[in-house]
Amino acid sequence: MSLRAASNSSKTRWFLNVAAALLLLAAVVAFFWFAFTSLSYTWNWERLWDYRKPLFRGWLFTIFISTVALVASVALGILLVLGQRSGILALIGLCRGYVELIRGTPLLVQILIMNYVIFAESRNSTLVGIIALSCFSAAYLAEIFRGGIDSVARTQIDAARAVGFTGPQIYRFVIFPQAMRRVLPGIAGELVNLIKNSSLLMVISIGEFTKETYDFFSSTYKGFEGFILLGFGYLLLTLPVTYLTYYLEKKFRYES
Amino acid sequence: MKVELSDIIRRYGEAQALRGVTFSHAAEIRALVLIGPSGGGKSTLLRLLGGLEAPDGGTVRVNGRELPAHEHGLHAYRRMNGFLFQSFNLFPHYSALRNITLPLEVVHGMTPEEAQEKAESGLRRFGLYEHREKRPFELSGGQQQRVGLVRAISSKPALLLLDEPTSALDPEMTAEVLDVIKELNEEGQDIILSTHEMGFARAVADHVLFLAEGKIVEQAPGSGVFDNPQSEQAQRFLSRVMQY
Ligand SMILES: Nc1ncnc2c1ncn2[C@@H]1O[C@H](COP(=O)(O)OP(=O)(O)O)[C@@H](O)[C@H]1O
Ligand SMILES: [Mg+2]
Repeated sequence: MSLRAASNSSKTRWFLNVAAALLLLAAVVAFFWFAFTSLSYTWNWERLWDYRKPLFRGWLFTIFISTVALVASVALGILLVLGQRSGILALIGLCRGYVELIRGTPLLVQILIMNYVIFAESRNSTLVGIIALSCFSAAYLAEIFRGGIDSVARTQIDAARAVGFTGPQIYRFVIFPQAMRRVLPGIAGELVNLIKNSSLLMVISIGEFTKETYDFFSSTYKGFEGFILLGFGYLLLTLPVTYLTYYLEKKFRYES
Repeated sequence: MKVELSDIIRRYGEAQALRGVTFSHAAEIRALVLIGPSGGGKSTLLRLLGGLEAPDGGTVRVNGRELPAHEHGLHAYRRMNGFLFQSFNLFPHYSALRNITLPLEVVHGMTPEEAQEKAESGLRRFGLYEHREKRPFELSGGQQQRVGLVRAISSKPALLLLDEPTSALDPEMTAEVLDVIKELNEEGQDIILSTHEMGFARAVADHVLFLAEGKIVEQAPGSGVFDNPQSEQAQRFLSRVMQY
């Protein structure tokens, strides 16, 4: 009896969930349908297909830029943390100041200043773009790393001293491995940010995914199909990394 | 062991954790037990005796040797001791076995084979061998503390310092950890222990210090402090903790 009641109520819940999902889906589709029909737009996916080569090249270029910038920003982020822990007041001030400056100003502004002021002479705008992205992410990663090191509990450092480890041994065997687990999800999260932020590089005419799509949009006289592809193209990159982040968070949460 | 404290002062910022602690004893002590209310200075005194930190004033002598005041000398002294705190002794990212072998290799210069053998025999002895590959989070609190004990004693420490080693455990696990401590002590391991387990303190102690507000309010050999407390502070404390 109670069993049947339970299965009944779970059936009802299932039905309600499906109904709600269908309703929401219908609402979303209706929204976009109205949005696009109000433009009285005729879809034409063929010209998108004709343009596939530059689009795909742009997509790959976005991956390339983001990956290189991730590696560079991890390295710079580590330097920024070590600088803040160096005990040298001027260096601490410099690193803190850098982090605050970068985090306190918009990335778009940083990209423009890098391109038109600091590296105005440079012909290699791809390199400038990567530098701008790396400098930006490094400031955030430095904060993530700092949090990771601080999160290694006082009691662990005590335990490490109690077994007789020296200072460097404490870093090597206790602080770094534990901090690493805690910052891995943050690093993965920063990669998602890098992928998305790289789209801003279109303002300095780097042929990444957004720029190529925008070129398609203008050259085809408002080819909206490109923007749909653009959204999916980015999701294809960010979703796996986001899930990797969740996975890492879950994996390491219970261990300490 | 022989412990001599002369006018020990320890401050943490504004707070005075120890305000002039002086102590010496005539008879041999194998188990020195620190009792008293929370915040009385037990942990601080244990940290000084084990060489985890140095006092701001006064001198500590252990077995006739004055403890160095600087980190370099203190580290050399600390390596000779074993510690067990209330909790979080083990490194969560290593297995039980690795928690024991790592310090043996890195701090005490054993080869990996020697360390492994040493650690496994310790684990086997206390019924932990089948748990050797587990991470700390897979062990019960009592098992974690026993692994911590095996780690602390496997380097044959001069002193074993135990700071409320069972305060985070339920009664059953408390018993399993206290059994190990008692056994080690009976085998001749010198221990200094702070605890709220008054029954155990009384059973194991060769000498008891009652610490409150950063001072030794009362001290006596054997179970003297329990049987015949002199100060009103100790009487009140004991009647309160014995109430249940
Ligand atoms: N690291 C620390 N920083 C600041 N105050 C501390 C620290 N350690 C201990 N104290 C203070 O010193 C006093 C004695 O503490 P403690 O030695 O831990 O006492 P007990 O172990 O008897 O509870 C307490 O008032 C405590 O707040
Ligand atoms: Mg304490």
